Amino acid sequence: MAEVSIRKAVKSYEAGVQAVKSIDLEIADREFVVLVVPSGCGKSTTLRMVAGLEDITGGEIWIGGDLVNDIPPRDRDIAMVFQNYALYPHMSVFDNMAFGLKLRRFPREEIRKRVDEAARILDITALLGRKPRALSGGQRQRVAMGRAIVRHPKVFLFDEPLSNLDAQLRVQMRTEIKKVHQSVRTTTVYVTHDQVEAMTLADRVVVMNQGRIEQVGPPQMLYHHPATRFVAGFIGSPAMNFLPCRLERMGACLGVRLSETVLLAVPASRTARYEPCLGRPMVLGLRPEHLTDPREPARPDAARLDVAVDVVEPMGMETLVHFVIGATPACARVDPATPAVPGGVLALHADMGQMHLIEDAAGSVV
Amino acid sequence: MSSRPSLRSERRWALWGSYAALALFAVFFLTPPVYMLITSLKTSAEIGGQAGSPWVVRHPTLQNYLDLIGNPHFRVFFFNSLKVTLCVVAVSMAISVLAAFSLARMKFWGSGVLAAGVFLTYLVPDSLLFIPLFQIIGKLGLTNNVWCLVLLFPTLAVPFCTWIMIGYFASIPKELDEAALIDGASWMQLLFRIFIPVALPGIIAATIFAFTISWGTLLYPLAYLYSSDQMVLTVGILTELIRGDVFEWGRIMAGSLLAAMPPVLIYVFLMDYYIAGLTAGATKG
Amino acid sequence: MEERRVAETLRAAGAVAASSAPWSRMSPRGGGLRRFARRRSSVAVLLCLPLLALIGGLVLYPALYAVWLAMLNKHMTRFVGLGNFLFLLHRPAFQAVILQSVIFAVSAVVFKALIGFLLAHLLHAVPGRSQRVWRGLLLLPWVIPLAMSTLGWWWLFDPSYSAFNWVLNVFGVPSVPGLGATWWARFSVILVNVWYGAPFFMIMYLAALKSVPEQLYEAAAIDGAGAWARLRYITLPMMRNILSITILFSLIVTFANFDIVRILTAGGPQDQTHIFATYAFVAGIQSGDIPLGAAISLFMLPILALGAVFVLRGITRRSAEQAG
Repeated sequence: MAEVSIRKAVKSYEAGVQAVKSIDLEIADREFVVLVVPSGCGKSTTLRMVAGLEDITGGEIWIGGDLVNDIPPRDRDIAMVFQNYALYPHMSVFDNMAFGLKLRRFPREEIRKRVDEAARILDITALLGRKPRALSGGQRQRVAMGRAIVRHPKVFLFDEPLSNLDAQLRVQMRTEIKKVHQSVRTTTVYVTHDQVEAMTLADRVVVMNQGRIEQVGPPQMLYHHPATRFVAGFIGSPAMNFLPCRLERMGACLGVRLSETVLLAVPASRTARYEPCLGRPMVLGLRPEHLTDPREPARPDAARLDVAVDVVEPMGMETLVHFVIGATPACARVDPATPAVPGGVLALHADMGQMHLIEDAAGSVV
Repeated sequence: MSSRPSLRSERRWALWGSYAALALFAVFFLTPPVYMLITSLKTSAEIGGQAGSPWVVRHPTLQNYLDLIGNPHFRVFFFNSLKVTLCVVAVSMAISVLAAFSLARMKFWGSGVLAAGVFLTYLVPDSLLFIPLFQIIGKLGLTNNVWCLVLLFPTLAVPFCTWIMIGYFASIPKELDEAALIDGASWMQLLFRIFIPVALPGIIAATIFAFTISWGTLLYPLAYLYSSDQMVLTVGILTELIRGDVFEWGRIMAGSLLAAMPPVLIYVFLMDYYIAGLTAGATKG
Repeated sequence: MEERRVAETLRAAGAVAASSAPWSRMSPRGGGLRRFARRRSSVAVLLCLPLLALIGGLVLYPALYAVWLAMLNKHMTRFVGLGNFLFLLHRPAFQAVILQSVIFAVSAVVFKALIGFLLAHLLHAVPGRSQRVWRGLLLLPWVIPLAMSTLGWWWLFDPSYSAFNWVLNVFGVPSVPGLGATWWARFSVILVNVWYGAPFFMIMYLAALKSVPEQLYEAAAIDGAGAWARLRYITLPMMRNILSITILFSLIVTFANFDIVRILTAGGPQDQTHIFATYAFVAGIQSGDIPLGAAISLFMLPILALGAVFVLRGITRRSAEQAG
């Protein structure tokens, strides 16, 4: 058990590509931190730097009070779960889990005890004699986790552990990982590109983009108070609508001008905050779930918005309605009973209490 | 409805055609070894008699085989072959597994060039360098010494073994080494406890290759060994059993078959590895 | 965790360093990183050392030595430059060797490739289990040590007891002179080489055939391609690389072949079947003219080198294709 701190960590490759540009991150003991990185952005470099699998170009990494920059992975006292599980194909499940302990010359009984304990936690006791190829994807995933658990390491590192599983199993294993963490309470760093995983698992989520940290915070904070347009668009599904707009005065308050005909009132409480942005090109961020059917109980800050429906996607418990405002495609998440038909006009309520105002150029949320 | 049975019978005819053609080739391919077997079961008298078909054994006898097994020269050839082959296989595998591990996993300055160089070396045939090697062997004082083969055969075996091991090692996912490194393995533990067991099919294929090379190569032993206590099977059968004008064909054929037996047995029992090694040069790496 | 001795020193260094300001430690860290990199690549070089020694000492050095040897006179007392090479080129016997080597290698490879291709297709058409059996039988010539099976062929062709002629006679065909007549001897060494090498082609082509995705054939069949079109537009293009690699590789090996000619004809009759390797053996080892033997072998080098470069190119291209 240990805290991890990453200080001004930089990773650049020979071609001059900077995969990680000066990251600062303090991870508390027993904390579950998820690094969420959209696909194709040197995803796991940070994690691999913590593991010691990548050299650090600059900055430092501390694990449990030790500077580990020059310490090889095996002496960092960490355990890692890989995307493709990386189980040793020639060893039984038991041996896979015991390998790290055997190399560290643990006594036989101790190894037995730890493997049995981990197998019990993960419910794979019956599989201990099997070879990895005789296991299903979910079982392999459990073994990979077991291999990490038996080591009782200071830190668990998860490198997109669920992306090779099918959708149903992914949800199941997600819960499993959370359960394991609740029972062993080891500091965990988890990398994923799936924001749902990040939201459901993390104590704190770290959103990274282009090798930089965009925002760090608990899942609910990231959802309700994204710091940047990137975070706002990345967290939540379907993604937040971004509508180019201009702020105008509406009596004592402010209004958001979306087009010639559409002007939405901003809640009075935000007047002071938004006033400096008057007249500048801005972007209105509004999540699909905050564009609702007017027949639902009206919220105090709701503003009426009439839209021409393009596509209707019934999902069962809700219906997604796609439309265009000005020239920008947008989406609303409404009750299935809402009478939306393609080509028809639908009246929506925009919950302006949940709006975000974003600087068009800088991408920062006001 | 009517087209379906005809399509089926067309397929069946094509299959029978394939079988017939294959059988024809099988006759061509198997004639020499079968004829060797037939001859080896005959007495010299029957061979010399030239009565009727040479393809029939009238008085089968194992005398030729028994003579050879009782023959001290032949036994020396056999054990020379055996000890040379075992040493060559051990040396070649040690060299090539270490080098392949290094070339497949640890990039260093010149490693790419070396890998290509290994492959080019594989294409250097024994008949290109046997003359200078003759001189070198002479200077080392190893002429007519069976141990010179332990020095020379690895040059034929190692490049290919290294090449296929590079292919096998490179196909092991990188995460596996990383997992092992995190689990606490050193480079050597990584090699011996992960790479070699995981790439075992490749190890077997390469071992078989090294074995067949050092068991069957004729040129070096023929050029460098001349006294019968230093000879290996290939050259021994060729020079010692064919002496003067008397060709004891029964014994020669029996000796050849005995010499062919180890590779053939390995082939029969490990056919898949054998073929994997054979095709690896082009499909791996 | 008890076994962290190695880390102890590093960790101690880290602990000491931790007490100072973060940026003052730039240089020790850089040094450590470099040390790590150096250690890893020095291990790598160390592991390659036996290989380097082997290639350097017993391949590269002999190759250079061969060039030196080939430029000496017969008793290796005097430097004669390119004398041996010029002498050989002007000698009709050696011109015949060049011609015979080309005839031997080219015709053998052509037939091996054709037979191998045919056999691979035949095998591919046969269902799984029996395919294994047939494949096992047909690969046998490749498995038997060549020197041993060539002895068998020699015995088959033996002029006085020829079992081969006996079969011909049964079918009413007159006996052939076998290894005693120039063209028959040439035919025989090629035949044995084809017998020995065709299975290798077969197995390579079979592997290549199996690697062509079945959907391509299904798509082509739906597009209306017949057997010929499938061969022409799918099989051949997909196998092109492996076809050329195998042919070039076999060309090298066949060119440098020694065993068959040595055992079957020993170059005769009247040196008419000698190829480079056997001729070099006779000149260098049997007649003791080491420089001449070395020169004869070296004549193979340009052809081998050319072939080798193309094989390597083909292999690199193929692995790039497979990666992509």
